Amino acid sequence: MTGPDAPLAPILETAGLTKRFPGVLALDEVAFSLRPGEAHALVGENGAGKSTLIKVLTGVYRPDAGSLLFQGAPLRPATPLDAQRAGISTIYQEVNLVPLMSVARNLYLGREPKNRLGLIDFGRMHAEAERTLREYGVSVDVRAPLRTLGLGAQQMVALARAVDVDARVVIMDEPTSSLEPREVETLFGVIGRLRERGIAIVYVSHRLDELYRVCDRVTVLRDGRVVHTGALAELPRLRLVALMLGREVEQVRREGLTRFSGERTASADEPVLVAEDLRVRHLVDGVTLRIRPGEIVGLGGLLGAGRTETAKAIAGALPLDGGRVSVAGVPLRRRSTAAAIRGGISLLPEDRKAEGIVPGLSVRDNIALAALPRLSRFGLVSERRVDRVVATFMERLRIKAAGPHQPVGELSGGNQQKVLLARWLALHPKVLLLDEPTRGVDVGAKAEVQRLIDELAADGLGVLLISSDLEELIEGSERVVVLKDGAVVGELVGEDVTEDALLAAIADAAGPDGTAPVPAAPGGEAGSG
Amino acid sequence: MADLALARVRPDRTVLLRWLRDYGVYAGVAALVLVNLALTPNFASLDTLRVQAVQVTPILIVALGMAVVIGTGGIDLSVGAVMAVAASMISLYLGYGPVAAVLAALLAGAVSGLVAGSLVAFVGVQPIVATLALMIGGRGLAEVMLPQLDTFRNPELRALGSGMFLGVPYVVLIAVALTLVVVFVVRRTTFGRQVLAIGGNPAASALAGLPVRRVLIGVYVLAGVLAAVAGVLATARLGASDPTRLGELMELNAITAVVIGGTALTGGRVRIAGTVAGAVLMQLLTATLIMHNLPQSWTQIASAVVIVLAVWVARERGRN
Repeated sequence: MTGPDAPLAPILETAGLTKRFPGVLALDEVAFSLRPGEAHALVGENGAGKSTLIKVLTGVYRPDAGSLLFQGAPLRPATPLDAQRAGISTIYQEVNLVPLMSVARNLYLGREPKNRLGLIDFGRMHAEAERTLREYGVSVDVRAPLRTLGLGAQQMVALARAVDVDARVVIMDEPTSSLEPREVETLFGVIGRLRERGIAIVYVSHRLDELYRVCDRVTVLRDGRVVHTGALAELPRLRLVALMLGREVEQVRREGLTRFSGERTASADEPVLVAEDLRVRHLVDGVTLRIRPGEIVGLGGLLGAGRTETAKAIAGALPLDGGRVSVAGVPLRRRSTAAAIRGGISLLPEDRKAEGIVPGLSVRDNIALAALPRLSRFGLVSERRVDRVVATFMERLRIKAAGPHQPVGELSGGNQQKVLLARWLALHPKVLLLDEPTRGVDVGAKAEVQRLIDELAADGLGVLLISSDLEELIEGSERVVVLKDGAVVGELVGEDVTEDALLAAIADAAGPDGTAPVPAAPGGEAGSG
Repeated sequence: MADLALARVRPDRTVLLRWLRDYGVYAGVAALVLVNLALTPNFASLDTLRVQAVQVTPILIVALGMAVVIGTGGIDLSVGAVMAVAASMISLYLGYGPVAAVLAALLAGAVSGLVAGSLVAFVGVQPIVATLALMIGGRGLAEVMLPQLDTFRNPELRALGSGMFLGVPYVVLIAVALTLVVVFVVRRTTFGRQVLAIGGNPAASALAGLPVRRVLIGVYVLAGVLAAVAGVLATARLGASDPTRLGELMELNAITAVVIGGTALTGGRVRIAGTVAGAVLMQLLTATLIMHNLPQSWTQIASAVVIVLAVWVARERGRN
């Protein structure tokens, strides 16, 4: 099939692709083209439109406008199966196979070789499965249930299945996120062989090392638009990161875009929070943090660098494999969210809807939720005390709601965030961990939340600030600790907290110039410990 | 622009559905009462009222516990079996006096709830599976303890079942008292608030430091004890322990009452008043059809229609 195709004629091409969701323009006239046999990196921060683009390509969503050409002919996949039949296969972050069925059954699910009676020809299926999988470096008993395999091997089965259905295009969404370094190497080998067969790969990953190793070209999405497309080797890392985050490298930092005063001076007090050598398998690799009272410490890094996981580990929401956390000199003994809260640590989670608000409950109940035991006596809620706390914080945080009894699910994002802040402040914490406190919050509320964080720090709280908004991170924090692959790779202090320095630290911890291509060192080794 | 146009048409429908969800069950009860007043001879009599009230108590008491379990997003299929175990315990321990027998029955309910809650909270078994196991095992255990129907003559226990205070049967008084207790627990205690939060968003509740496991166990223990109470009352009324038949299909009737009452199976809401009305509605529906000599199958079909309606109303709400 590859023979007659001119090597440079795109196998997949979109023009003017537009997809709108209520209130969001997820894809804005996206032009994307993929050549046979190339590995094409698709990058962008959260909400940039990567997954929407993938879902349009694979028939999960239908575009509102624009065209999609596949092998020169228009394609309008209505379902993922349509796309797969046409030759576009997807491998998702989470393996989507049937864990209890045998490896071979999974490989041939829905297209099993049949014998003359129309029954599954197990002999042939097993033999073919073994042969196919060997090409992918997987030699296992294909009769065993899939779940007995390691995650890497499962991913290979998914990949083999995807390619084996005559795929011309294989889309890989964060394929290495759950792989061991050795498995990553196997995957890269397979990708190389697929490309030799003229199969085009769309490679989505936040791991820059991998992108530079595997991909020839790159398309950068931001806010639903293509902001760059071209050869990857010609694009320095620093520039790539700047493109993803929407910054000009040389751009002079604009002043005062956020509401942080930037005038605090770190106190010389003993740290209120000490987290030492935190380890969570695969996610956090020996992170040490110290926060003094009144200090805002930023946590920088790309998506998947381990920022959220670090915050959760401190707050007792992730089981630790190692490390210690102490608040104001008192170590937390039991590892649970309740223990961390008693110790004075509050975590404002990143995903407001999934982990923050209880949408059906009122503003009042949401605010009082964590503090209930303190507002109760003998298990009976003191309505008077709840009312007082709720009134105090609704006023102080200027929460706009029809009243304390309005369901919190009906509020705007900004007000929901304020309700959550109120929930945590009602506990009178010593340390506040804020994970993307202004994400999905409108401009006005954003400024208010930022001003509030400033005030809280001025009141003596230790604040850990995680934000993908660079301005927020830089202007908000006195210090920024930069994470990569779950480990601390740099720290910017005082004058050094600038956008350029931060971009450089994020882009490449090893090479300060940020332009050197990755050495041939095995990818992912940094993350293996 | 299109969104605006749509938004203008929608509210009427939304408002109607919300009204149906919140008050539909009461409207249903009212409608059935009116129909019966018009069509059924002797409906408006104290005797009829008393009979209906007595008959609804087991479902009602079980449904109270079920509503709280469902509020956490769980379900308890073991309640009917717990009633049977309670009946067996009564028969086994009646020799030590009625108080000891009743306490033994309630203890059995609590232990069953403790097992179910532990399976759900610590082992992570899905509630439907955990309580299904208990439903089957509990029924078996009840029959092992007491292989056949056992009538008893204990006057105190019989009085509990059929005695009255100021013309109101004891069982009805107990049901009313338990309803008030559960309302109080749900609305005024930290436990009640935590039930709603855990049902509404388990991840957020865990991050907020709520004692998720303890609350889950507490909920199943509450449901188990309430089921045991229902078993004791039904046994006392019957004058016999009947581990084979007592509480059969009770789990489904209780779930029906809860759902009709507007408590979503997804958790996060508990409507006790609605649950009471749901139980009453099902009871009235059955009684109406029986009083007009319609066959049992009609009752089942009518119940099915009501359930479908209730689920549909809840579903429509969930969409917007």
